[in-house]
Amino acid sequence: MRIACPFCGPRGVDEFAYLGDATVKRPNADAPDALPAFVEYVYLRDNPAGLHRELWQHALGCQSWLVVTRNVRTHVIDQVEAARDVAAARSSEAE
Amino acid sequence: MSTDNYSIFSVLREALRGHTGWKPAWRDAAPKAAYDVVIVGGGGHGLAAAHYLAKEFGVTNVAVVEKGWIGGGNVGRNTTIIRSNYLLPGNIPFYEHSMKLWEGLEQDLNYNAMVSQRSVINLFHSDGQRDAYARRGNAMRLHGVDADLLDVAELKRILPMLDYENARFPVKGALRQKRGGTVRHDAVAWGYARSADGRGVDIIQNCEVTGFRIEGGRILGLETSRGFIGAKKVALACAGNSSRVAAMAGMRLPIESHVLQAFVTEGVKPFIDTVCTFGAGHFYISQSDKGGLVFGGDIDGYNSYAQRGNLPTVEDVCEGGMALMPAIGRVRLLRSWGGIMDMSMDGSPIIDRTPVEGLYLNAGWCYGGFKAVPAAGHCLAHLIARDEPHPVAAAYRLDRFATGRTIDEKGMGAQPNLH
Repeated sequence: MRIACPFCGPRGVDEFAYLGDATVKRPNADAPDALPAFVEYVYLRDNPAGLHRELWQHALGCQSWLVVTRNVRTHVIDQVEAARDVAAARSSEAE
Repeated sequence: MSTDNYSIFSVLREALRGHTGWKPAWRDAAPKAAYDVVIVGGGGHGLAAAHYLAKEFGVTNVAVVEKGWIGGGNVGRNTTIIRSNYLLPGNIPFYEHSMKLWEGLEQDLNYNAMVSQRSVINLFHSDGQRDAYARRGNAMRLHGVDADLLDVAELKRILPMLDYENARFPVKGALRQKRGGTVRHDAVAWGYARSADGRGVDIIQNCEVTGFRIEGGRILGLETSRGFIGAKKVALACAGNSSRVAAMAGMRLPIESHVLQAFVTEGVKPFIDTVCTFGAGHFYISQSDKGGLVFGGDIDGYNSYAQRGNLPTVEDVCEGGMALMPAIGRVRLLRSWGGIMDMSMDGSPIIDRTPVEGLYLNAGWCYGGFKAVPAAGHCLAHLIARDEPHPVAAAYRLDRFATGRTIDEKGMGAQPNLH
């Protein structure tokens, strides 16, 4: 498995560290339902058997956090984006 | 029992008539319209649960449905190790219960599962690690589990092939559980299947669950590729596919599916007669009765349903092996393969009721499902039959993530690829 880092080009997977599901979103800690929302955020996962959006860091390269869209049945990678671009798009959607 | 009773006499009888009299060990059952209990997943856990339901709890109107063939998942893909060398109170009694069931398994099933208590040896390399293992050994002994700490002189007699003077990880001793060892994994699935079948359980292969029928919060049955099957109670024992099956019942689980690889070499003469783990180097090894060195390491570390891993992990495991036992360097690798682990968020399993009445969950076994097969089956059967958890599995609650009662044996937090 090779991940095409948008900054460094295609690199072996052993250069990258894995964090997990990129679709979970940290809830508002001041909301009245914060406790169940945090349980869901920290522990519960869709764990799909198909396309999975996930966070990787190019730890032994440029240190960038990436959002990788990967088919977890085949390990084929569809898309690699910089996590900060994904976060910026998400927050502008929210506004 | 409707099947043959296996004994020295039946072996001799069949030897004299050319082995023409053996009957199939289980029937190829077709689904009936309804059952009292349907277990989803014909692996070790599901088949064991069926056996104990029938034998210990008198529930025989039971079906085990399996999307492929029984024993084709993780019970046929593991490295066959059994042990009960845990640290935390929620875990030790459960795994020791499993170890005791392993010790009586072959008599219980009338099936040779090749249970071999050859000992499990965990190496340490520093004072700090020795103290941690001494603590673990003491915790085990306080729970009545055998454990002893070995010094280098004693260890050298048992494992002379280790590189004791390794510059990075010099071997300073080990924690040993003598009652740990290995079991012939396929025979476990087949033995439980044969015993359950003999007591009236239907084992239905090539029968994939496609949905659940739930009304008023209560389970009524399941839709399958072979039609609807009614059920008063349904239990899930789906290992790596737990999240997918639970999603059909509207549940999200605290589980990620990851791939774990394992390896076997060509057969060689007797080389190592224990199970040896080199945790610091991500490597463990034992030798099968055919002579192959069976070894593995850590999970690859990313979500996967592919049942195969990537080369960096292969290299990492083999490097660990070479660092610990340079003598294995010239042995050729015969096969490597991957299995899908239901990695829970705290590294410990779940055996519990679910929000759907009559639906039970057995999942989150991480990379340790095989050693747990007898106890998981027994405790799941207890839960189904009595509707209350078995005392040794009472901590394996589904709601422990919400209540803060997680069982984090490694202290890694909610990060499945670190457990």
